[in-house]
Amino acid sequence: MATRLRIAVVERDRERAHQVVDALSDAGDYEISVIGDETGLARKLGALDPDLVLIDVANPSRDMLEELALASSPLDRPVAMFVDRTDDSLTAQAIEAGMSAYVVDGLHKERIKPIVDAAMARFAMVSRMRRELEATKAALAERKTIDRAKGLLMAARGIGEEEAYALLRKTAMDQGRKIGEVAAALVTAADLLK
Amino acid sequence: MIPVDAGFIALVDAAPLVMAREMGFAEEEGVDLRLHRQASWSMMRDRLAVGHLQAAQMLAPVPVAMSMGLGGLPMPLDATMLLSVNGTVIGVSPRLATRMRERGVGNDIMAAGRIGESLVAVAGERLRVGVPFPFSMHAELLYYWLGSLGLRAPEGLEVRTVPPPMMADAMGTGEIDAFCVGEPWGSIAVERGVAELVLPGCAIWRFAPEKVLAMTRAMIERDADMTRRLMRACWRAGRWLSDPAHHMTAAEILGRPAYLDLSAEIIERALSGRLVISRAGEERAAPRFIEFHRGLAQFPWRSQALWIATRIAARMGLDREEAARVARDCFRADLYRANLGPIGADMPGASEKLEGALSAETPVASSTGRLFLGPDGFFDGLIFDPAAH
Repeated sequence: MATRLRIAVVERDRERAHQVVDALSDAGDYEISVIGDETGLARKLGALDPDLVLIDVANPSRDMLEELALASSPLDRPVAMFVDRTDDSLTAQAIEAGMSAYVVDGLHKERIKPIVDAAMARFAMVSRMRRELEATKAALAERKTIDRAKGLLMAARGIGEEEAYALLRKTAMDQGRKIGEVAAALVTAADLLK
Repeated sequence: MIPVDAGFIALVDAAPLVMAREMGFAEEEGVDLRLHRQASWSMMRDRLAVGHLQAAQMLAPVPVAMSMGLGGLPMPLDATMLLSVNGTVIGVSPRLATRMRERGVGNDIMAAGRIGESLVAVAGERLRVGVPFPFSMHAELLYYWLGSLGLRAPEGLEVRTVPPPMMADAMGTGEIDAFCVGEPWGSIAVERGVAELVLPGCAIWRFAPEKVLAMTRAMIERDADMTRRLMRACWRAGRWLSDPAHHMTAAEILGRPAYLDLSAEIIERALSGRLVISRAGEERAAPRFIEFHRGLAQFPWRSQALWIATRIAARMGLDREEAARVARDCFRADLYRANLGPIGADMPGASEKLEGALSAETPVASSTGRLFLGPDGFFDGLIFDPAAH
């Protein structure tokens, strides 16, 4: 086995792939390849012959790796396997963090751990940022809807903004729904009645 | 309520688990069934192994392959019962379909022999076929069908793993020429104009075990009560699904964003067995396209496990006797009897049978005396005798 580990990162999202590569470069001296297009994944990995493949567990292409694991020497031992089959907690953590690793048999855990740790930490960070962004977007959209609903109520009932908001809030509380939902229903109904 | 985390893949045959939850069968058993959609079969298998999931919809050959030490974690995984029988389709590129038609392949979509010969004739040097997983009935049916017609891997046939939602893309980019996949993904490929359906899986084997309710042996032993409740909920869900009057409701529920996130119309094609085979809208009826209950569809016949094991062993050069020995134990006919007998499920006299011997629906001896099995024939008329293994 070469001294420098060959790591393949399977990730379609360029930004995310960069993050993982950066993290791995900080963690040690590795030969890293990124596969951004999963078409013919097994063939590409076969050509690269990496020691370790990192792939998001939410990626359906992971099933293609099974084929690779079987391809070379299915009878005596698998070419690729899970991080460490004796240690359920590590495996579980890897899965929990959204990253799993396939490792060539014979590779020591001590060498893999920093790689996986670094990749997982970065991956989790990117995922968190994404969730925050989505939440912000959703909040903005909801606020716009509420503003429109307020406007509709103000015009229809001749009431002020605060009163309109209070009415939305009261309706939502009475019906056990979110203000955003009540507002969206009102806006939809108003659009239909136009 | 006993919380149970179960995994499913976005396929029509996730229906028993989904209906167990949505139609209240799980609740009646005191089970809070929490369903988690998984992106891949390997992920599902690993989550079962580490205990993130207590149960899962699983490809019937996976427990068999795992018991043979193939693929993934070496951990006993059992098929507590079947969730479905059949439900797969074979599609080819429009180019191949046209050439097959030019050869006069006919309109009988169940004529596996004639359709297979026609496909072999137009396949060219090498046919590249996508299947969802290396250990799947899709792969087994394909090897069986084309192999017996003279197209063998690896010389003339290349079987590639392509996740179901990516099957249409792989056809579109020309990465594969054909596929065998679970519905609705074949119909999706038809809708996108990248494939025509030429054969339902049930035309190769009329009664092929497709998905199982998988649990690790350790989990089954640790929580016998939960296992019993979950099996009962799934069994009742399967029985509910077998009533054609429920197809529309089932399709609507499966189509929801949390499950398949697709139009109910496409999902209903598989449930009703009326397939739209081409972009032109041609429709074909595939009898018994998918079974959830009838003909003892949920019984995990040990002979089914044996068939799978001997096929895999032959292909991978493993000892067939040894494979048969370990495979037999992972289809848990014993659990089925113990857990479902008390709620009135029909029980056959034996847990193994000749596979492929019934050409029509046949009454057989059972606990209630009202049990019909079959048809379960293979397209080439062969009969698999488990006693010979």
